[in-house]
Amino acid sequence: MSEDLVFLTGSEIAQKIKNKEVSAIEVAKAHFDRIEKLDSKIQSFLYLDKEAALTQAKKVDEKVAKGDTLKPLAGVPLALKDVLTQKGVPTTAGSKILENWRPPYDSTVVKKLIENDVVILGKTNMDEFAMGSSTENSAYHTTKNPWDLTRIPGGSSGGSSAAVASFFAPLSIGTDTGGSIRQPAAVCALVGAKPTYGTVSRYGLIAFASSLDQAGPITRTVMDAALLNEAMAGFDENDSTSINQQLESLVQAAKNKNIKGMKIGIIKELGGEGWQPGVLKQFDQAVEVLKSLGAELVEVSLPHSVYALAVYYLIAPSEASSNLARFDGMRYGLRVGDDGEKDVEAVMKLTRAQGFGPEVKRRIILGTYALSTGYYDAYYGQAQKVRGLIAEDLRLAFEKVDVLISPTSPTTAWKIGERVDNPLAMYLADLATLPASLAGVPAISVPIGLASEDRMPVGLQVIAPAMQDHKNYQVAAALEAAQNSLLINQVPDLASLS
Amino acid sequence: MKLTQAMEQFEPVIGLETHVELSTKSKMFCGCATEFGAEPNTQVCPTCLGLPGSLPVPNQTAIESTMRIGLALNCEITEFSRFARKNYFYPDMPKDFQTSQYDEPFCVNGYLDVLIPTDEGEKSFRVEIERVHLEEDTGKLTHAGGATGRIHGADYSLVDYNRAGIPLVEIVTKPVTGTGKYAPQVARAYVTELRDLLRNLGVSDVRMEEGSLRCDVNLSLHPKGSAEWGKRTETKNVNSLRSVEKAVFSEIERQADVLADGEKVTQETRHFHEDSGTSSSGRSKEQAEDYRYFPEPDLVPVIADETWVSKLKTDLPEAPSVQRKRLAKEWNFSDEEMRDVVSLGAIDLIAQTVSAGASPQAARKWWLGELARRATEINKELSDLSIDPKHISELDTLVTSGKLTDKLARQVLDGLLNNEGTPSEIVEKRNLVVMSEDSSLLPIIQSAIAANPDVVAKVKEGKLQALGPLLGAVMKETKGKADAAKVKSLVLKELGVEG
Amino acid sequence: MSKITPEALKHLAKLARLELTEAELATYATQLDVILDSVDKIREVAAQDVKPMSHAVGLTNVFREDAVKPSLNREEVLAQAPAQEANRFRVPRILNEE
Ligand SMILES: [Mg+2]
Ligand SMILES: [Zn+2]
Repeated sequence: MSEDLVFLTGSEIAQKIKNKEVSAIEVAKAHFDRIEKLDSKIQSFLYLDKEAALTQAKKVDEKVAKGDTLKPLAGVPLALKDVLTQKGVPTTAGSKILENWRPPYDSTVVKKLIENDVVILGKTNMDEFAMGSSTENSAYHTTKNPWDLTRIPGGSSGGSSAAVASFFAPLSIGTDTGGSIRQPAAVCALVGAKPTYGTVSRYGLIAFASSLDQAGPITRTVMDAALLNEAMAGFDENDSTSINQQLESLVQAAKNKNIKGMKIGIIKELGGEGWQPGVLKQFDQAVEVLKSLGAELVEVSLPHSVYALAVYYLIAPSEASSNLARFDGMRYGLRVGDDGEKDVEAVMKLTRAQGFGPEVKRRIILGTYALSTGYYDAYYGQAQKVRGLIAEDLRLAFEKVDVLISPTSPTTAWKIGERVDNPLAMYLADLATLPASLAGVPAISVPIGLASEDRMPVGLQVIAPAMQDHKNYQVAAALEAAQNSLLINQVPDLASLS
Repeated sequence: MKLTQAMEQFEPVIGLETHVELSTKSKMFCGCATEFGAEPNTQVCPTCLGLPGSLPVPNQTAIESTMRIGLALNCEITEFSRFARKNYFYPDMPKDFQTSQYDEPFCVNGYLDVLIPTDEGEKSFRVEIERVHLEEDTGKLTHAGGATGRIHGADYSLVDYNRAGIPLVEIVTKPVTGTGKYAPQVARAYVTELRDLLRNLGVSDVRMEEGSLRCDVNLSLHPKGSAEWGKRTETKNVNSLRSVEKAVFSEIERQADVLADGEKVTQETRHFHEDSGTSSSGRSKEQAEDYRYFPEPDLVPVIADETWVSKLKTDLPEAPSVQRKRLAKEWNFSDEEMRDVVSLGAIDLIAQTVSAGASPQAARKWWLGELARRATEINKELSDLSIDPKHISELDTLVTSGKLTDKLARQVLDGLLNNEGTPSEIVEKRNLVVMSEDSSLLPIIQSAIAANPDVVAKVKEGKLQALGPLLGAVMKETKGKADAAKVKSLVLKELGVEG
Repeated sequence: MSKITPEALKHLAKLARLELTEAELATYATQLDVILDSVDKIREVAAQDVKPMSHAVGLTNVFREDAVKPSLNREEVLAQAPAQEANRFRVPRILNEE
């Protein structure tokens, strides 16, 4: 019985807790049991907070006992990406430079989760400062993909995707700067949504690229994603870029699977040569499914999307080079070389040299270069202009169609180690997810089966106009329902692995 | 080389960058308090400590204060403005970038006119304002160990971040030319005028000794008549009106010497030392930082529309220059009197003394007389004496009502400068009561008479003007506490002479 | 062709306060060249009169009113400090003045 609890969806668990069929404590314990049994194989968590989780679960059970009206996700376990601050809980952003840092404050997202009686199990692994697509850039360890332990779980939110795919938690939170929610969701056969920029507070989210970062849900079902997205979204006076405007109900959209007559644009530039055939095959199949559901599909061109990668790899590192300056060993975190002799500059240099991994240093230098005198206009300045053109492409496209679609990532999960020495190859994983990131519009990745050549999961990305996240959920839910059988039959069987 | 001599060969170009701490209740981007002198690191939060994940939200009052300063300085308010990040590493800066403004400041293109006395009488100079922008202050460093307690030779430093994130307005002038030998006075007059203007606006308490008003002085010299300007230096942390004048003065002389020796002036930042009044070489242009400014992505642009700006305009108080004319009339001070009042920065002090009840002339007498003398003694500005004008008004009443002699009044001032309390309290504590009772005065008078028979003789012969020594003796005996008039009448009575 | 000379790279590393070994400098130099070659293509886009997009949202004039909120507890703040003394953060000696 308790063994099966972990295979329930978030909303099913919430239902059973409401109906007193099971206690929140039992649910939490069941998940911790599985984590303790199997995470040694996956290594999805960096930190487990059993005590706090059980206390939170107990609170929920007390509410149930008192007959209080419960929040939709009350008592449902969640795995939190280690990039969001939680008061008193170690928060590392996957970096040595923050090892043992315990923030003195809660991020707004964590505050909201706690208000919603969600049970936070612990912090999940990630690429250092969310820079990467495989968790191989984590300073602590590389997380494995439960579908094939020799492959990467995606990144940067790879700990979150692996944890959910391994049934360690039905819910998890990732953050997406260039695709870090959608790509790991795709390669682990999960639903991952990047909300409209500004709808989820960034307060307490350790910044990578401020103008792009956005937290969102990674779950096994569209409904769970919708519920979690609604729980974490909302205006926040602590975030100057927070939008003071309500989203249309995402849960309603997830229930209403009807996409009859909906106009869906297939992005011409995202696919074709260089893309994994098995990925494209699943995508075409999904397109047929959408047609069969009564949607009208047309090809749409985003002429400037070919520059998205270049734009992103100038803007994100530039902002990062400034955002990561504060990690200098003066106020918190690691300090190296303070022998009473070395001066402050030397100590800062040694601290950052030892505290940051290669990819972070690479991007800091790239960003420093792109912002420096003589290069600003050619690089950062120009990148911002082309970013504007990419956003304009999307705006024009949405005059013709309701949503846009593409494969979420050019390939399925690759072998661990395959791309570590080739940054550029690693960056290519973001190709399809970048346009929505740069434009700040919402996008969701939904599973569409396994690629024939490697039997690894493939995802389809749906992109909607700003503040119309519900359309993404509507299409994703429709696809999910139409091909459910495909996915349910193919959950990875970890127990058999060893 | 002496200034006058230098000015025969060279023409100076000066520029002033002034940083003003705004007196908002909360910091620029967070809700932390801004009390001066609070316990270290007690006014800090995730945002002003630059903790990972924290975000800024701008203080509207600070932005409006900046625009009001701009308007008072005759600037245009930029319709579209933005904050930018100024990137450089320094331990007093929690994020290792300063949230400031770059090419989109709140205010541009203004001016401020200053009057200074010249050989050809009073002359007005126009100082043009390049920009007025808003940024955040840094934390406070204390240097420990080492000999001096100065940054150089210190073993390590300690940081208090209470000041980090306090709104800081930077006012930058355009290069000021044509001042010739008056450069030092023009610089000082500008900062003085600016200080009065800021105080008038009520946006800052402009206490230079508390660092809420700080100056950097840019200066270059070029041969008279040459169209091309010389290499300039930037002298940092010039933190009193006196020092502004001194810094310009000494830098002109220093550069003149360099040029006279056929050397080149190195473009560098220099650090001014209040104590010695000299500056020492700092960072040269070659080592200059590359600040990598870019628009702050965590903050959104500010659009200053017509209605907002005109609202701010209408709420502006009267300009100091206008105020001066009005007050001179109200107080009927002569032009000379008013000029002295202004040059000593005593307007507000006198105004407050008057509104506390004293007569304008009395207020002027106190501030420009005894108090000015004492300020110069201890090398301070009148405003830095931290004396409450109300107390001066009270002191004046005590004197006019005969409760204090001038001599006693001076002792009360000593008390005020030691902040021993209000004048009456000081009179109490120091027991400075005027002696006027016959009972207490008579014995002293009689012994004085006994001690000066020859004087007594003269007086008895009717030479009243000879009384002096007698009265003096009594005053001496009573340590100036005796009521002079009373003493005189008693002495005459004792000698049986008609007054 | 190499875009970033070793000197330039050293300068960037100094600006970014990163102590890099000769080996690291060499690797980064080559890797950055590859990356820069790939990003260079944005220069070909004609965008003279395009407004730079620095924000994903069109928000303007977001302010807070000037009101004091409680600060953090000092013990909590200093508990995280690598070194502290007299209720202040202790930092190594500073050579260049700002
Ligand atoms: Mg400044
Ligand atoms: Zn604060």
